[in-house]
Amino acid sequence: MTDTLRALMGATALTAVALAAQAETITIATVNNGDMIRMQGLTSHFTDMHPDITVEWVTLEENVLRQNVTTDIATGGGQYDVITIGTYEVPIWGANGWLVALDDMGADYNVDDLLPAVRGGLTVDGHLYASPFYGESSMVMYRTDLMEAAGLEMPEAPTWEFIREAAAAMTDRDNEVYGICLRGKAGWGENMAFLSAMANSFGARWFDMDWRPQFDTEAWSNTLTFYLDLMTNYGPPGASNNGFNENLALFQTGKCGMWIDATVAASFVTNPTDSQVADHVGFALAPDNGLGRRGNWLWAWSLGIPASSDAQEAAKTFIAWATSSAYTELVAAEEGWANVPPGTRTSLYENQAYLDAAPFAEMTLRSMESADPTSPSVDPVPYTGVQFVAIPEFAGLATEVGQLFSAALAGQMSAEDALSQAQALATEEMEAAGY
Amino acid sequence: MARAVTTQRKIVFTALAWGIGLMIFFPILWTILTSFKTEATAIADPPVFFNFDWTLENYRVVQERSDYMRYLWNSVALALGSTFLGILIAVPAAWSMAFVPARRTKDVLLWMLSTKMLPAVGVLYPIRLILIQLGLLDSKIALIFILMLINLPIIIWMLYTYFREIPGEILEAARMDGATLKDEILYVLTPMAIPGIASTVLLNIILAWNEAFWTLTLTTVNAAPLTAFIASYSSPEGLFYAKLSAASTMAIAPILIMGWFSQKQLVRGLTFGAVK
Repeated sequence: MTDTLRALMGATALTAVALAAQAETITIATVNNGDMIRMQGLTSHFTDMHPDITVEWVTLEENVLRQNVTTDIATGGGQYDVITIGTYEVPIWGANGWLVALDDMGADYNVDDLLPAVRGGLTVDGHLYASPFYGESSMVMYRTDLMEAAGLEMPEAPTWEFIREAAAAMTDRDNEVYGICLRGKAGWGENMAFLSAMANSFGARWFDMDWRPQFDTEAWSNTLTFYLDLMTNYGPPGASNNGFNENLALFQTGKCGMWIDATVAASFVTNPTDSQVADHVGFALAPDNGLGRRGNWLWAWSLGIPASSDAQEAAKTFIAWATSSAYTELVAAEEGWANVPPGTRTSLYENQAYLDAAPFAEMTLRSMESADPTSPSVDPVPYTGVQFVAIPEFAGLATEVGQLFSAALAGQMSAEDALSQAQALATEEMEAAGY
Repeated sequence: MARAVTTQRKIVFTALAWGIGLMIFFPILWTILTSFKTEATAIADPPVFFNFDWTLENYRVVQERSDYMRYLWNSVALALGSTFLGILIAVPAAWSMAFVPARRTKDVLLWMLSTKMLPAVGVLYPIRLILIQLGLLDSKIALIFILMLINLPIIIWMLYTYFREIPGEILEAARMDGATLKDEILYVLTPMAIPGIASTVLLNIILAWNEAFWTLTLTTVNAAPLTAFIASYSSPEGLFYAKLSAASTMAIAPILIMGWFSQKQLVRGLTFGAVK
């Protein structure tokens, strides 16, 4: 063996040892949805660019993830370096000092390109605490063939009264076709996400400016009565057990005339591989009552860095890559424009290739733009959040209220009873929390 | 004289037993069937039982996406490790309570069982903080210890019940022949109690394999077992039932096979002491 060869081998070994010594591992906690799984599949593109960073993925069910991440942050465990969090958690955790501010993401990140409503929801005291990976609102998805057969035409911006009329006209119980499918399963992110957003369009709100619960108002009574009437007469049986997935299954198998839910569902129901009605789906904005607010929500799954992470710089590098326009282009090149994560950047909705590939893009953008987390309802509110109230007490309280409303849908109690119990419950919990 | 059982009665009871058995097994069967369907067939209404295009696509996707062998190895290590450690502690404990009972032995047994009544989440934070201090978060050693502790009352109770069936005179005879305590437990008691210990071991392995609170909350990457593997396929927004079923089938297959081959010992272990 020549000296040169020996030297080369030695240098290679040293380089390998040095790289191994420098390699930093980041653990990313995420949820199981199409966009996140796609990102996992594309991780090698990131590690090729950053050989000094190793990426470990932990994919969990949404509720387990929320519980694990909360526990980890609260106890300073430092198990995760990048976490997937929703719009509800970011303002609370950011204010608590649990998240690292993402103020210096580099020139390529282009923070001004983020959709203003989404960016606003992730900002606390002028600091961005999480970078949006994909965003969503809610809208009406309907069967164009059934609508046509009913002799009706869906307006771009329907009213709740039109929704009731259309639901009545499309319902055909003998053939198991139900005019409307809505969430009924209890939970703050289940039926209460829908009902809180719906309540905004009826002029209802969770709390007045003095943090007094408002379930004893006429606006809430109108909201719940309308919802129960709609679902009881034109909804599927057992609706009190239905969440996103159950309604998706019903819609895809042709059992729903209309479905009001997350805009992300549009790509599922128009996919001919899984949906039997892919060629007969139309979209419209969430309904209103002419009061200046629509019944749609705003949500974004975002990537943040817990303050307990010991690999914050590497985590920031990953987030800058995963939530950049360049990542969007990478997904488009690998899997087509229809598969890029939607609802985070203005530039995506100016891209003609995307608009051509995703027929629901324009409606998604309009829905997202029409939701204002800082002023969600007709009357002023002391909180931010469209379908949630960004206070730590909300998740537990809304889940309990959701159980009451779900019981009313199941016919176990009247709307009046559900509302009066919700009012008593909310008053007690808010007083106990010191509001 | 043995009670006469009519053929009609036999048929009714056999049909009833099969009916109940199939009802209990149905969710597992449905999971296995769904794992071979496409996502569209998985949500078909009316449901499709056997008449569909069988596919291995879900297994391929799961294999590609997840490192199944790593999760499997962690499950094996946690189940066997916690069981071995548990038996080491439980055999002497059950021996002392069965053959040298004191005034408070019954109370001690009840107290041990009462620890199973505490909701696990009640001690989540203290245990997490201890593990953080010890640098043992996401480690198999910590989980083996925790799983051993939560299953220990059941192991001790099972062994205690089984040891009570063994006549104390045999042990006395061994002692008169000059056997030490160690000899007595190792060479007299253990060989006689092997069937009971075997069924306790099997049941404990199953309990540790299926444990889904501590294994989900105290692990991320290194110690995550098959429960975490299944949880990663559950999705609130998107229909991935077929893939979730494939992941579940892969997770339960090893324990199902083990249970199948050892059902005789399991049934014996679960029913001993029931009939005197």
